[in-house]
Amino acid sequence: MNNFKVLMNGIIKENPTFVLLLGMCPTLGTTSSAFNGMSMGLATTAVLVFSNLIISLIKNLIPDMVRIPSFIVVIASLVTILQMVLQAYVPAVYASLGLFIPLIVVNCIILGRAEAFAAKNGPVPSIFDGLGMGLGFTLGLTLLGATREFLGTGKIFDFAIFPEDYGMLLFVLAPGAFIALGYLIAIVNKIKKA
Amino acid sequence: MKKLESTLPNMAIVLTVISVLAGGILAYVNSVTQGPIEAIKKQTLDDGIKAVLNAEDLKVEEPDTLESRDIIYATDKGTAVQASSNGFGGTLKVLVGFDGEGNITGYQVLEHAETPGLGAKAGEWFQATGKGNIIGKNPGEKELTVSKDGGDVDAITASTITSRAFLVAVNNAYKAFKGGATDGNSGATTQAAPAEEAAPADSVAVETTNE
Repeated sequence: MNNFKVLMNGIIKENPTFVLLLGMCPTLGTTSSAFNGMSMGLATTAVLVFSNLIISLIKNLIPDMVRIPSFIVVIASLVTILQMVLQAYVPAVYASLGLFIPLIVVNCIILGRAEAFAAKNGPVPSIFDGLGMGLGFTLGLTLLGATREFLGTGKIFDFAIFPEDYGMLLFVLAPGAFIALGYLIAIVNKIKKA
Repeated sequence: MKKLESTLPNMAIVLTVISVLAGGILAYVNSVTQGPIEAIKKQTLDDGIKAVLNAEDLKVEEPDTLESRDIIYATDKGTAVQASSNGFGGTLKVLVGFDGEGNITGYQVLEHAETPGLGAKAGEWFQATGKGNIIGKNPGEKELTVSKDGGDVDAITASTITSRAFLVAVNNAYKAFKGGATDGNSGATTQAAPAEEAAPADSVAVETTNE
């Protein structure tokens, strides 16, 4: 499988949000606006690329029976580094994502890709896999965030399209996340079949 | 390279080495980012104090933390007080600015866990441009309450509990300000008020719905 195929596999064929349905907690929790969704997606992408790279490099040094704890230590360290860097250099993103950043550790996309891809492939394809999966996740979260922000407040990326008073508040709240996600998955499935 | 066997020594050594390496890297990143993080926190606080006191340039004295955990930042342009109460979703923390007479010069919501789209509007609603304007009011003359409770502040639509909690926090800030304010006549600072006067965060009556 060439690298381009690996990349597109994550973005379209096995999109983590719309096809694999992985990482639902941050998907539903952080997509109250397009910007929040995109920030969360990019933060996850950064962790995913580095965790895939490191794990594919050290995969032969890790005995099989302790591979999961080893992966978790690598991922948790990367997330902590990301958290400190965001807090220090992009405080606006840190303030809007808050609690969800440490929760990237338990995002099953990351451990899932480490186990399913990085532990079996070389460093270069692993980077592309991380990038593809991360961008697929970012795409899903941004779309969902934009949908909810538009229906809920009449804005997309804070750009007003119709006045906020006509927005459906439901879509900013948690139930709206489920409804919007359901419809988006249906639309994606329809497009894929066509 | 062949994969390492899962023998006990191998597993112990690998896990130890990975953990030690991770710990070392984290310690290094922490030492690099600690400075900027502290600077940003201080900057945010300074900007907040300036914003609530409408002053471009001011000098903040040593903050004074009361027993109720309210914090008073005395400055040469007025006093900013950080106070809190229990909101609809959790602690509601506000920074309120007072001038010498106790009139509110401005406020900022520092921390909240209110419902997005409803209670989370508290950051704009009570500003001078909002519908429930509290700027210029003096909680010492008349305690701030929502119109539903006989007060003269309009509550956020569909978020009475958040509005009540917000006003409780502002009133708490005023009490803390009164308790620890500088004596205008002698210029001497009075002692930090005892806990009864400073009033610990009153909790708002618990209701099952956010009307």
